[in-house]
Amino acid sequence: MVAPATPKSWYLPSKPHKFCPGCGHGIVLKALGETIDELDIQDKTIFGCDIGCSLLAWDFFACDSTQTHHGRTTPVMVGIKRARPELIAIGYMGDGGGYSIGSQHLLNAAVRNEKVTLILVNNTNYGMTGGQMAPTTLPGQKTETSPFGRDPELTGYPTKGPEFISELTPDGAYVARATVSKYKQLRRFLRNALRNQIEGNGFSFVEVLSTCPTNWRTNAQQTWHFLEDEMEQYFTVGELKTPFGKGDK
Amino acid sequence: MQKVIGETKKAFLTGNEAIAWGCLAAEAEIMFGYPITPQNEIMHYWTRLAPKYGKNFLQTEDEISAGFTVCGALQTGLKAFTATAGPGNVLMQEPFGMAEAMRLPFFAIIQQRGGPSSGTVIYSQQEVSLTAHGGNGEGHRIVYSTANHQELYDYTIKGFNTAWKYRFPTFLLGDGYQAKMREPLEMYDPSDRGIEIIKPFPLIGLEGHIGEDREPQHLRNIYSLEEELYDVVLKYDSEYDSIKAELVEFSEMQCEDAEIIIISHGVVSRAAEDAVKALRAQGIKAGCFRPITLRPFPREQLLAVIDKSNAKKMLIAESAMGQLERIVKYEIYGQTLPVETLFMPGVGIIDYDLINKVKSII
Repeated sequence: MVAPATPKSWYLPSKPHKFCPGCGHGIVLKALGETIDELDIQDKTIFGCDIGCSLLAWDFFACDSTQTHHGRTTPVMVGIKRARPELIAIGYMGDGGGYSIGSQHLLNAAVRNEKVTLILVNNTNYGMTGGQMAPTTLPGQKTETSPFGRDPELTGYPTKGPEFISELTPDGAYVARATVSKYKQLRRFLRNALRNQIEGNGFSFVEVLSTCPTNWRTNAQQTWHFLEDEMEQYFTVGELKTPFGKGDK
Repeated sequence: MQKVIGETKKAFLTGNEAIAWGCLAAEAEIMFGYPITPQNEIMHYWTRLAPKYGKNFLQTEDEISAGFTVCGALQTGLKAFTATAGPGNVLMQEPFGMAEAMRLPFFAIIQQRGGPSSGTVIYSQQEVSLTAHGGNGEGHRIVYSTANHQELYDYTIKGFNTAWKYRFPTFLLGDGYQAKMREPLEMYDPSDRGIEIIKPFPLIGLEGHIGEDREPQHLRNIYSLEEELYDVVLKYDSEYDSIKAELVEFSEMQCEDAEIIIISHGVVSRAAEDAVKALRAQGIKAGCFRPITLRPFPREQLLAVIDKSNAKKMLIAESAMGQLERIVKYEIYGQTLPVETLFMPGVGIIDYDLINKVKSII
């Protein structure tokens, strides 16, 4: 039996990683690790993570890394990139950090076309704090703070991040939504997002639809069903904006 | 490197302008800022001066972002800074906390305005507690309270050096009066005064191949276990304690035979000095003491001044409702000299106010 290859840019002393069984973060971080290897940017990458489940990645990579406050990864990465444009700044956050408490930073970094790459993992809830309603919680979805299901009359509809970011950004930006259920596509989108920063074209943003069986209280089959049949129905997967010419729906 | 100030020269500037020049003289490289009165002109002058010297500026979406972009830039070894006031100081407590936790050489200029809330845009000394002890931590910070434009220039240069030497967040605490007034001062190149500018260095984005030449750097401010954090905070506290003696600064005037000692800080200390002169001329033995560092506080120095004086009382005067008084009482706990107070929150204090107060209590 051949063990699956480990990305060279992974930091082995912190493995096995600390995410829950069935969590999608491991898939996203594997795809990111392979992309960092492929583009040969390990030595100049600064990986920054938010508060929330994403903070468990603070020592995930054998790259220089920094961990920030809830929602504040975007400005920290902007500061890093503005200070040292030769570095590759990758911000890693959840849907609460990006779309709720840090939304003003995300929005304004997008408008300014900051040359950073942000990866936002959307699992439709606040995982680390115990499964509260997130900006991305689907209508009718039960969480700790919407125990009878999210009522859009009371709390609005789920945030469609890539859609609003693609409207806000000028040319040169790269905006996509991927899913952990389509690994090769996820890899391609991450490659494009990092390539976009390397080429200095503009802001790069990839939302990744992901799984949270712990807080969804789902088994493997139900988890995959929720991801593919519920989330991917509401949140359209594909490239929304790319300076590289061809869209990928 | 291009010298910003050539020959030492006399200048007649607003305080905010003096600070912008001080930042250049201190070899600051980038400012992140958000508009709020009364610090705006620091940005205005910086944005005009910076391009001439290859420096950068970004106007962020708010003070939270300004603080965190500074945190990011500092980590990569760039001499970054910001300036704020009032509600902006409140918002910046979050990034100041991150700087405290990660020992980032964060230097910020605070130009106090009236509070609470939006208050006034003019003046106060009401941001003492917030600047010295704000955040959800232990206040491991260094705060210089300036009184005149020469000090604004001097302590801007010193503030950067202190931050980069000790790696505790460092603040120049001014106010709207100092920010907006015009005063004469002398601007100089730090090397002409024997001041060595401490060079910045990176914590991340280091040279070399990871795994071959060096290990990856993993910075954080969150810990899984209570004991991990406990060890970190104790270590920081012990380091902070060990540098207090070399950091504390104060000034004192005619306390030796004084029967009353006026304690004040910042721009109010100028009124105190004038009041002492006037009271002495009227035969009243007054003296004054001014902490320049509010944190760490010159505790031993104040106790020594009280001990050698003939003081029967001390008068604590400030443009706030006892923010300095609380620090003083805490610091000199056990000293039994009666304390009188003159609190004028958000309002200027002049020598006349102090003279009248002293006469009413002796």
